[in-house]
Amino acid sequence: MMKYIDDYKNPGAARKITENINTLAEKLPAAKRNFSIMEVCGSHTMAIARYGIRELLPENISLISGPGCPVCVTDAGYIDTAVELSRNGITIATFGDMINVPGSDTSLGKCRSEGADIHICYSPLSALELAEKNPDREVVFLAIGFETTIAPLMALLETAKSKNIKNLSIMTAFKLVPPALEALTSDPELKVDSFLCPAHVSAIIGERPYQLFVKKHKIPCVIASFEPLDILYGIEGILEQVVSNKAFVDNRYKRVVKQEGNTTAQHFMDKYLVPYDASWRGIGIIPRSGLKLKNEFDEYNTEKRFNIEVKPGKPNPACRCGDVLKGKIKPSECPLFRRTCNPFHPVGPCMVSSEGSCAAFFKYVK
Amino acid sequence: MCLAVPMKIIQINDDNTGIVAADDASYKVSLSLIKDPVVEEFVIVHAGYAIEKLDEEEANTRIDLFRELAEVNSEMVKQ
Ligand code: SF4
Repeated sequence: MMKYIDDYKNPGAARKITENINTLAEKLPAAKRNFSIMEVCGSHTMAIARYGIRELLPENISLISGPGCPVCVTDAGYIDTAVELSRNGITIATFGDMINVPGSDTSLGKCRSEGADIHICYSPLSALELAEKNPDREVVFLAIGFETTIAPLMALLETAKSKNIKNLSIMTAFKLVPPALEALTSDPELKVDSFLCPAHVSAIIGERPYQLFVKKHKIPCVIASFEPLDILYGIEGILEQVVSNKAFVDNRYKRVVKQEGNTTAQHFMDKYLVPYDASWRGIGIIPRSGLKLKNEFDEYNTEKRFNIEVKPGKPNPACRCGDVLKGKIKPSECPLFRRTCNPFHPVGPCMVSSEGSCAAFFKYVK
Repeated sequence: MCLAVPMKIIQINDDNTGIVAADDASYKVSLSLIKDPVVEEFVIVHAGYAIEKLDEEEANTRIDLFRELAEVNSEMVKQ
């Protein structure tokens, strides 16, 4: 059963690919001598830090972490609304990562210790079970995430509908990766030369959205998984493109990512959701970068159901998560890093989430 | 939040759920995002849902490539 696991960690192969990367880095054209690669996937961020991939690369190649952590880009006001709901006696079901994220004045974890009914779920299916078992309680699932999480949640709604479950709703803060690439590329303060595209988001959306992006911006995009060898192989693929003066979508995770993506998942997403201009914590509004429920599914929409509205929150102004998420600074450049902000006392979401850049740096980069 | 480890389908139920296994652990997952799941196939699981099948041929090709690279490396080390 260890097949498909150990082989993607083979150290001999890692050494060889690292060598290739070094050779390619020396051949980069003068204008691209200092070359940046942004990863937009929390699992990449974590693996890069954990396996010390930055340290393996030559000095002229820099890896920048983008906004790939869904918890980190969720507005503080969203947490505030969830807190308010839980204080009003509503059952909250959520992924564990959300529990300790600071809202404007408190976190869901604190509310839970004060007696609020908050359940940590590994899968949204547990929220459905919770609603089925407690028909007299309103259950709200905190539906945050990128395409990889959006698809399962839409499949969940389909099941809830077929089972005629009336006491489950979802509070959505869904984000899409391709519009974020667009926004990051257009930011004049940022210099992103290429993208290491996410593994499982790509399994859902396929290659096409990146193709449209590459056509417009002529920036190399490589889809890679997040085993250490896959990441190195992805980086090698990016540099190969630059050295041969090309820019295309290179799918180096074909064992999972199909060219057209997961069309069943896309069908569920199209059925229930429409795009809108979403606000990203620390970054601001990105056009058509979010998905929300269509009006015809209001009964599953927490905000409509309880007639509430998520308002912008007041995150701690000293926290520089926004700059970290855009890759403008490294976590260690935030003055609070390791001092007042650490996983035991997180000031911002990037220190809480298992996929947050600040948490990754704290844990693995000495 | 993502798991890289592919899991093997060991049981498929009537309600579009199934049991998948990796190492010695097994989990109940929804198979509703997968077209025509088959027992013994490998899938990638996210948040309790199988989100895509693993193409074993592609996976093996890549493993072969990585093994070859490792061999090239060990020969270079010997020289
Ligand atoms: S170290 Fe803490 S305060 Fe600084 S950016 Fe990261 S999460 Fe925010």
